[in-house]
Parts: sequence; C-alpha cells; structure tokens
Amino acid sequence: MDDIAILGAGMHPWGKWGRNFVEYGVKAARDALADADVGWEEVQFVSGANSVRCGYPGYVSASTFANALGFTGCQLASSYAACASGATALSVARAQILAGVCDVALVVGAESTPKGFFAPNAGERHEDPDWLRFHLVGATNPAYFALYARRRMELYGDTSKDFAAVKVKNSRHGVFNPNARYTKEYDADDIANSPMVADPLRLLEICATSDGGAALVVSSLEWATRRGVDNPVRVSGISTVSPTYPNSVIELPYLASDSWAAAGDETMTFKDDIAGRAYEEASVSPEDLDFAEVYDLSSAYELDWYEHIGLCRRGDAAKLLRAGDTALGGRIPVNPSGGLGAFGEAVPAQAIAQVCEMVWQLRGQAGQRQVEGATVGLSINHGMFGHGSSVICTR
Amino acid sequence: MAKTAVAAVEGLFTVDGEPRLIGGRARSRGSYFFPKALAGADPACLGDEIDEVLLSRTGRLWSFTTGEYAPPAPFVVPGEEFEPYVIAAVELADERLVVLGQVVAGVSVGDLSVGMEMELAIDVLYSDDDHDYLVWKWAPAGHGQSGAG
Repeated sequence: MDDIAILGAGMHPWGKWGRNFVEYGVKAARDALADADVGWEEVQFVSGANSVRCGYPGYVSASTFANALGFTGCQLASSYAACASGATALSVARAQILAGVCDVALVVGAESTPKGFFAPNAGERHEDPDWLRFHLVGATNPAYFALYARRRMELYGDTSKDFAAVKVKNSRHGVFNPNARYTKEYDADDIANSPMVADPLRLLEICATSDGGAALVVSSLEWATRRGVDNPVRVSGISTVSPTYPNSVIELPYLASDSWAAAGDETMTFKDDIAGRAYEEASVSPEDLDFAEVYDLSSAYELDWYEHIGLCRRGDAAKLLRAGDTALGGRIPVNPSGGLGAFGEAVPAQAIAQVCEMVWQLRGQAGQRQVEGATVGLSINHGMFGHGSSVICTR
Repeated sequence: MAKTAVAAVEGLFTVDGEPRLIGGRARSRGSYFFPKALAGADPACLGDEIDEVLLSRTGRLWSFTTGEYAPPAPFVVPGEEFEPYVIAAVELADERLVVLGQVVAGVSVGDLSVGMEMELAIDVLYSDDDHDYLVWKWAPAGHGQSGAG
C-alpha cells in the first residue's frame, strides 16, 4: 500500500468541558492546519468521524465541521465506526488521496460526553444487542473489560497489582501531556483505595468518558514534496478489519460469542487480526516498533494488547510490564501519551488523537514524554460491533 | 393474587419446564447461534437453514465479574434499592459458545473460579404489580436454584 503524508496534527485538550463538540473539532482543525502551514481554503476533502451523542450535527460531522470553518465547496464524507471512527475517517481520506480524487484532506473528530456509563439508544429495542445486554444482564462496558481482566488472572496469574501498575505507568506518562485530562501521578495505593466498579477493576482503572477533539491534515507524498516537506510522518498502514468467524471472545455488546463447535481456532481472536492487517500493509513487524498507542479501556486491557500486537507471547504481557519494558525509557514504551488512563475516551476523536501522538513522537516533538529516536509507531483499538482500528506511522 | 410470570424478552429462553436457552443451529454445517435471530452468521453456511434448538443447560465458567453500580436504563433496578450483582460468561458444553448472564443471588465472586461447572436457571429479573419478568441466570452446578423464582 502506498503511503500518505501527515502534514499537521492538532487537538483540543481532553476534559469535561460541557461545551458544544463543534468547538473542540474546530480548535483541533485550526491547530492541525497551522501545524501543517496549510490554509483552510486549500483543503479539498473533509473526512469527519461522527458522534452519536451530540444530535444530528454529530451524524454529519464532516459538514458540521466544514460549515463551522466556513463552507468552501470541498468534498465531504462522515464516518461512524464507534471507537474506530477516527481510523475509519483517516482510511477514507487515504483512499481519496491515493485514488487521486484529492491531494490534501482534513480528518477531524470531536465529542461532548454525558457523565457516567455509556447507555444504549432509548426505547424498547428487543432486536438491538446493545439494548439487550443492559436490560437482561446489566452488562456495562466495564463488565466486559472486567471479564477479560479476570480471565488474565485465572489463566496467566496476573494480579490486581499488575493491573494497577499499568495505570500508575500511564499516569506518569500523562503528567507530561498538555492535552491529557488527568495529569496527576497515581500510585498503587490510590488505585487500591478507589471503589470497585466491576470486580477486579476499580474506578481508577476504567476509562472515563471525556470531551475532546483531534484533527490531522494529510496529503499525497507528491503534494507534501511540492510544499517543501521533505521528510513527513507517513501513514504506512491502516487496518479497519472486521472479526473473522468464529471469534471465540465475547465482544461488546453481544450476549454471546460465536460458536467454534463446527470450525475455527478458539485461540485466534478479533484483536489479533486487527494488528495483523496493519503490519501487512506497512510491511512492518512487531520488532520494528519503537512505541505503541493502545486502547487501555481498562488497565488490564492494555496487557491484552501487548499480546495482540505481538510484543510478547500470549500470557507474558505482565512480564513486560514488570520489567519496565513498556514504560518511557523502556524497550518498547506503550502509551507514551498517557493513553485512555490519562485522557478518558472522546469516542470519535480518540483514534485520531492516537495518530496525533504518533506524529509528535516521530517528529521528536513530544517533550518530556519523547521516545528517543522513534521512527515506527503503531496505534490500535476497536469499535464495538466489530470495527477494527489500527494505524502504523513511520518516518 | 399471584403475579403472572413472563419472559422479560420473548424468544430467548424457555419459561416452562427445564430452563434452556433457545438458539439456532445451521442444519448441515452444525454451527450454533445465540440468540438465534441476532447472532452473526457463519460465512461458510450462508444458505443453510437455521433450526431452532434448545442449547446445553450446562457449561464451564469462562469468566465472571460484578456490577457494583446501577447501570443506566434499560437496566431496571429490581426492588427498592440497587444491589450489586454478579455476571458470568459460560462456555456451553456442546455448542462451544460463551453466553453472558447474571448469577443467581447468594453467589459471590469468592464462590467462583474459571473452568467450574455452571448450570442455567430461570429467575426473576424485576417485577411490577402484575408480573414477574423472567430471565436466564447462571448458577454453580448443583446450586439447586433452577426453577422459576
């Protein structure tokens, strides 16, 4: 797959600001345009990552943001893929660029979130798995994260201390990130003293819901060269794969996993496939990575990703963590941005924010959270109902 | 007057006799699905007829957790005040698929470990003046609470 260039990155700081999501997206977009030294009127295509929590303007995010920046007649597309929306919007922009439909595009996502658990759409919705899991089981998002965490404890001997250590690590990283919502450094006692939400996960180990916005200016490599950008950060691989049947892991928001009675390998899961596609597109392998931004929806969830992206064998993630390999200064820092533990999640902005972090890391502009000499980074997450999301950036 | 017992959502489990989940089975390929109408299809047998079948009553505990805070609607708090509950994910014995459910009252996480044998129960999810709304739940095998609550 051919690369595209990332010319600019911008974010609105994460928080619980309670303002119109459009403000966050516009601020991020303006910052990304300034960072790229590209004028808004030069942008030929806007790829929006949608929000389903901000009314109709959120469903048509590309036009909402374009209108707020001032309509110029550029082309638009709006994507929704739950937590994968940002990567999907980036993949649409890449396709437009590589197809020659446009040279330069703006990718933007933002959200304003309510307090507390995410909830399904209103009404009696007996055909909606998202409705059924709340009504019949009371299975919130943290319940699924906790099922995975408990399984790590029982299968691999991971402990609550290991899970807390992920949060401690990411909070140390987040201290250095001006866009993070939580910049307090937590210790193990803080976590042990926070309320249990879904055993074995405590409040400080579960991703909060946040307001935020993130944006990227991307272009063809030729256009970047014409602009005098000799060595841009490149998007070298994007994965937006679905699961492959049968997936043996019970995924959000379903009541059941697939059956592997008739066929299938119960050890291969959706989250293994997501990274596989990105590696293949980028012709990169796990050993090439200098850092990774993974979706730590819970502290324990980060450990699952170490294995799914191939940093270690199944069951060995806690060993990497305990050895300090995944902390800043370690062999393969994970979530140098502070991750979701320091940000909370602003759904359509989050996958774009992961790429923003890669841009700053690969340019050597990440300040005190800089991974020295980084040339290859990977971001990964997934959207519920089966949207894969992974981006590999190189420089 | 006794309340009428009805399924909280129809078509997912039996409400009379032995507690069973109602699933689907691809006629020639043999893949199982739960719920029958909502589960993802097996791409290897898209043209296959899906027969309605009753799924295994027992399975092994895949994982478990608790709900310590009341979820938002459409979760219904049964009774006056919210009580924390336990959730189990159980791998059905024959079908090799994992099904979520609450665990019957009186069982705590300390009573559970991954791999232990579990069995299906039908229990009351919540009630109103006229009805008990039923749902499937999981119980440790031999726990003895398998009838409608």
